[in-house]
Amino acid sequence: MSRTFLGLPALRRGGHGGPGGGTGDPAGAHRDSPVADEPFGPVRHPDAPLRWGESFPRAAKEALGNAQLRRNLAHATSTIRARRAAVVGEVPDWEALRDAGSALKEQVLARLPELLEELERNVTARGGVVHWARDAAEANRIVAGIVKAEGADEVVKVKSMATQEIGLNEALAAEGIAAVETDLAELIVQLADDMPSHILVPAIHRNRSEIRDIFLARMGDAPPDLSDVPRELAMAARAHLRRKFLSAKVAVSGANFAVASTGTLAVVESEGNGRMCLTMPETLVTVMGIEKLVPSFEDLEVFLQLLPRSSTGERMNPYTSLWTGVTPGDGPQRFHLVLLDNGRSQVLADETGRAALHCIRCSACLNVCPVYERVGGHAYGSVYPGPIGAILTPQLTGPGARTGGGHGDPNAALPYASTLCGACYEVCPVKIDIPSILVDLRAREVDADRGRLADPTAAAMKVAGWVMSDGGRFAAAGRAASLGRVAGGRDGVVRHLPFPGSRWTASRDLPAPPGQTFRDWWTKEHEPGRTPPPAHEPGDSGEEQR
Amino acid sequence: MSDARTQVLARVRQALGRGTPSEPVPPEVPRAYRSAGEHAPGSAAVLDQLVDRLEDYRAHVHRVAPGGVADAVAQIVGHATTVVVPPGLDREWLAGLVTDPTSGRSHDAVRVVVDDPAAPLPAEMLDAASAVVTAARVAIAETGTIVLDGGPDQGRRAISLVPDVHLCVLRAGQVVQTVPEAVRALATSPARPLTWVSGPSATSDIELSRVEGVHGPRTLHVLLVEEAGAPGA
Ligand code: SF4
Repeated sequence: MSRTFLGLPALRRGGHGGPGGGTGDPAGAHRDSPVADEPFGPVRHPDAPLRWGESFPRAAKEALGNAQLRRNLAHATSTIRARRAAVVGEVPDWEALRDAGSALKEQVLARLPELLEELERNVTARGGVVHWARDAAEANRIVAGIVKAEGADEVVKVKSMATQEIGLNEALAAEGIAAVETDLAELIVQLADDMPSHILVPAIHRNRSEIRDIFLARMGDAPPDLSDVPRELAMAARAHLRRKFLSAKVAVSGANFAVASTGTLAVVESEGNGRMCLTMPETLVTVMGIEKLVPSFEDLEVFLQLLPRSSTGERMNPYTSLWTGVTPGDGPQRFHLVLLDNGRSQVLADETGRAALHCIRCSACLNVCPVYERVGGHAYGSVYPGPIGAILTPQLTGPGARTGGGHGDPNAALPYASTLCGACYEVCPVKIDIPSILVDLRAREVDADRGRLADPTAAAMKVAGWVMSDGGRFAAAGRAASLGRVAGGRDGVVRHLPFPGSRWTASRDLPAPPGQTFRDWWTKEHEPGRTPPPAHEPGDSGEEQR
Repeated sequence: MSDARTQVLARVRQALGRGTPSEPVPPEVPRAYRSAGEHAPGSAAVLDQLVDRLEDYRAHVHRVAPGGVADAVAQIVGHATTVVVPPGLDREWLAGLVTDPTSGRSHDAVRVVVDDPAAPLPAEMLDAASAVVTAARVAIAETGTIVLDGGPDQGRRAISLVPDVHLCVLRAGQVVQTVPEAVRALATSPARPLTWVSGPSATSDIELSRVEGVHGPRTLHVLLVEEAGAPGA
């Protein structure tokens, strides 16, 4: 399973150097063929990694119609949920670790300028070169420049959210440099010219026979008698990628953590492709968001416990690599670290919203989210899906106000892609209060728009309620109901909800939902006798963005 | 404000409201979590837990007395054609291997190749080798993790990555119970390149079906030397 985060929205085939590699790649023959143009299903490729162009309600509607996707997602999320619960349950001091993780991340943000300078000093002292990038274009230029200076036209990549966020693969392709994704799921996604659908298991929307077909058609060196047994498929990828690892001159990675006090970087992974990329090439380029710091080496003892158990539900992931600058005689002898802002300083300016920068990208919040489970990752229209995406994407992309870019922006709907059930907050290893931030973002959206929409919660319920209304049971119903019972007074009226709802209940009372499902409650309260219609963009008058 | 570094740092300072009342105060970090386990490094409980975790990851664990290392090594990699070892590996551990092709058992001969820092083995040679034998720096029982730090008995990272079989010799005294104990031991030389290994590599990317041994060694053997000789951690 992938852990060090995403490769990219795949290179478009037919562009500069497909993932299959250089000349002699039989897949190349397909590139100009109209038949093989999109043989693995129609895939929309966004122009911008953080703004795919469709609003959540519209994209969600499409996703709800895809039964295969929904089955796969339900299977994936419930399996990972159960694993996580088991391995978290065996840690007696889990809550204390979360408290420490949360405080450490808060400390990092409060001391960010000093810690960044400290990191830079230490990486430089150990022979690394530190670069700063204000935005995606600048980061891409830096990386392309390094690769060209090395005389390489191909790089091996280990999955990373940061490089996906900046659209690095496409930018490199435009410079004639092929970026080869080496994470199995990312390789599948890239070969199929597809889009990842989950942070952790990006190819979860593909089944084994589709994957076999993709390998046979696109890998170039897959054995012709390849079966659809997962082990055989993985071994085909191993053989295909080993040649790349042993010959690559340059690797590109992200980083899970960077230790300010020592200049040490950490990549957490499962498949060993990370170790290959971080060890074999002569040159390593790491692209990292400026918020990924931890103050001291010892702080890794907190995060290296929190991350694997929250993420893949393992006691520890198979491989974790830590390196500090350049080690003579061991691994890459040239190391570049690119520190990426790309909207993060803007998120930081928001006192409530800045907690989104605590995220360690474990994806636990995705797996517990009832909305995510139904609509999948693509509907969020960003490389960051699920609850974290719903708070991070609109803040990263919003204009100065950081509320989500206004009515024309598809990301403005994202804070409404939630039922506020609170499950994401409960599992978050660094205790990001996602529901409160969602409510805050919604409130500001409404403030900016006073008079056009009377009640923010009504709009919220419209998006989430409609998503949840289509068949099946609402997984969080029990949670919502029991929350109501706990919080409600004797008269059954909820006056103060313990967490996100506190912002709602500050202005009005919510009826307690004793023993009824969220969906029943919603329908009864707001749309008696009918299924809520597809929601329109909250805050708009209904003409646009339907 | 022209260069990126100046501008990013300025934006961050401004976002934090530096010099204004809204500037956030760094919180104290509560450290109520366990900094050590209830069992001593190398104790029977810790070793049993480590073995349980490693086996859960489908690593092959062999428990031996100090005098039994050479025999066990010979049994595990004795049929390999080429075995890579780091320069500082205890040669006693290899004493059970037949390395002399002119001996009567030439068909059993193993070629032992030392990865000399002055003349590192090329990647193709590592790829062609059947196994690697290394020591380790520290191991964590609760998570089933072995940490290599590139010391002379472990070698550079590539040698424990490319060959298909990794045999790691671990002394009981190196096994601690918790992650914090290991991190604090490693913090004495944090700049060394560290590799944390918890079982062979694995993927669940295809329909969540687990496949072991994607990249890196497909087979991991751990030789646990029971008697705490020199607690290396
Ligand atoms: S918000 Fe929390 S739960 Fe979600 S991915 Fe980030 S760290 Fe994990």
